[in-house]
Amino acid sequence: MKSTQRSSGKPASKSTSLLTADQRKELLSYMLMAREFDTAMLRLYRQGKAFGGVYSQLGNEAVSVGSAYALDRDRDVLFPMHRNIGSHFVFGQDLDQLMVNHLAREGSQMRGTDGTGHYADPARRIYGNVSHLGAMIPVAAGFSLADQLRGITTVSLTFIGDGGAQVGEVHEALNFASVHKIPLILIIENNQYAYSTPNSLEFACERLSDRALGYGMYGTTIDGTDVELVYATCLEAVERARRGEGPSLIETRTMRMRGHAEHDDFSYVPKDLLEEWATKDPVETYITRIVRDGVMTADEVKALRETTLATMIASIDRALERAWPAPEEGFKNVFMSI
Amino acid sequence: MQMTYLEAIADAMRHEMRRDDNVFMIGEDIGTYGGAFKVTKGFLDEFGAKRIIDAPISEAAIIGSAIGASLNGMRPIVEMQFMDFITNGFNQVVTVAGTTAYRWGLPVPMVVRGPSGGGVGGNPFHSRNSEAWFAHATGLKVVCPAFPDDAKGLMIASIRDNDPVMFFEHKGLYRKIKGEVPEGEHIVPLGQARVVRKGTHCSVIAYGSAVHMALAAAEALASEGIDIEVVDIRTLVPFDQETVFESVRKTGRALVAHEAVLTAGFGGEIAARIADIAFQYLDAPVRRVAAFDSPTPFAPTLEQAVLPNAEKIQAAVRELCNF
Repeated sequence: MKSTQRSSGKPASKSTSLLTADQRKELLSYMLMAREFDTAMLRLYRQGKAFGGVYSQLGNEAVSVGSAYALDRDRDVLFPMHRNIGSHFVFGQDLDQLMVNHLAREGSQMRGTDGTGHYADPARRIYGNVSHLGAMIPVAAGFSLADQLRGITTVSLTFIGDGGAQVGEVHEALNFASVHKIPLILIIENNQYAYSTPNSLEFACERLSDRALGYGMYGTTIDGTDVELVYATCLEAVERARRGEGPSLIETRTMRMRGHAEHDDFSYVPKDLLEEWATKDPVETYITRIVRDGVMTADEVKALRETTLATMIASIDRALERAWPAPEEGFKNVFMSI
Repeated sequence: MQMTYLEAIADAMRHEMRRDDNVFMIGEDIGTYGGAFKVTKGFLDEFGAKRIIDAPISEAAIIGSAIGASLNGMRPIVEMQFMDFITNGFNQVVTVAGTTAYRWGLPVPMVVRGPSGGGVGGNPFHSRNSEAWFAHATGLKVVCPAFPDDAKGLMIASIRDNDPVMFFEHKGLYRKIKGEVPEGEHIVPLGQARVVRKGTHCSVIAYGSAVHMALAAAEALASEGIDIEVVDIRTLVPFDQETVFESVRKTGRALVAHEAVLTAGFGGEIAARIADIAFQYLDAPVRRVAAFDSPTPFAPTLEQAVLPNAEKIQAAVRELCNF
């Protein structure tokens, strides 16, 4: 627990949780932000106002929130993937800035050169992904390597899917990180499908974390719908990294509850599989626990949820009021200087 | 001080590593072994294992981690054991490094350097000249020195540059070319061509090993009364077109030469720009001398046949002068 610097509060009395009541509220609020961000983006897509792909993270809230929450956002660094919107909130990203970046409007940190969550915000220690899966994992390792050369331990948290985990760069980065004991945490978000391709056609090992053994690093597979389990597992990984024990590989099992992006009707996913995972919805199950443990009342949760959705929609509306970036931006900054 | 091309490159890197703690090197066999060509001989002893990192054979991890270190304030120098192996790290260079300034406005002050080029019996996998790929990729600077003093000055400029730089050393020149190199600080800014031989009848625009072919051709042609000007562009990106145009305006004839294969080589770009901007000054078409469009073959007879050389440049210049 010592390695996080989150809000402190009295421990939740009716629970075996490691977390204080305030921390649990915070986790839920971040998960609701991720969930309602999706709801709002989906609404935008259906209105025909979204531009480019809308990649839902529905069902992934516990992974991105629980893992990022285990880091110290003032000293560690986040390399999120496209379904890790929750982690941006945990790292303190301003909602309006995030929306402007996503929707590529004037004021975007990418000036319109790119959109979605691909931005970087060095002040908030967030470095987004590129569309080539796995490419940013060696980059995340290198960010921590730089501080390692300076004698500083900076934990780098990054993600890959069950599909992207088959990219060669992932192997190279994990092996390299393990050899040099780089404080890297890679979460393999196994959400069962890589676009339309099921696990059975992606890999033949039982657990993707089994690969950790081959790299000489710690590895584990956990339920990715349990935010506190994700948090506790990542916290241990952070502590190992701070002790100089190198990288960790954590496979989280979840279900991608929508298509690859919203254009995809995911009719290739068996309905009963979706129904089975729906019963393990990470947000709903956590709400049940929170209410059961007396951390919040059902009414408080409902109110928080409504406020969160309204906040998301208002932020989208503000972003959409902004102009598209000026065309001249397209000709600028190919180089830092030339 | 007299130095080989290889010694000049090592001298530049040593100078920068002494000057700036943020400069470090990563590559394969660069530590104890001193690199496949011994460019980093003695570096491990002087700078230690933290700054001279021997990495696994993982070009993507090597380049990717250098990019990450760049984002965190370092100035990494990546050694490719052979520039051919850049194909294994191509995604990192092109997709990540080359787009970062444009997307994020953040510097990636990384130099990827290593031996390229043929003429040494290297086979198809140790001989390639791949500089044009990176000139086409956007967001990357591309440097191809031909002389020891330029190799040093361009290397120091590349290390201090805030953009990713692809630095192509010609392995055939490593120990073959020796020259006077300024001691200590010596900077050759990127994007400045150099007229290495003044002449009046025809401009030969070249870089890397082809500059030496052009200079040899100039000697032979001089005995025939043909006086050529040799322009070494030194860097493909940025490209100093003004110096090239100035030379062509003077001579009225242009031949572009490089060791890389002809089709879609950087010579095509140079020829197109001359045709576009300096057409009215031309007394003959713009010609190119380059390698035959094949992988670089292994047997010396084949390799010599497909690569350009001084004789092929002489023949092309004669044709242009008789046009």
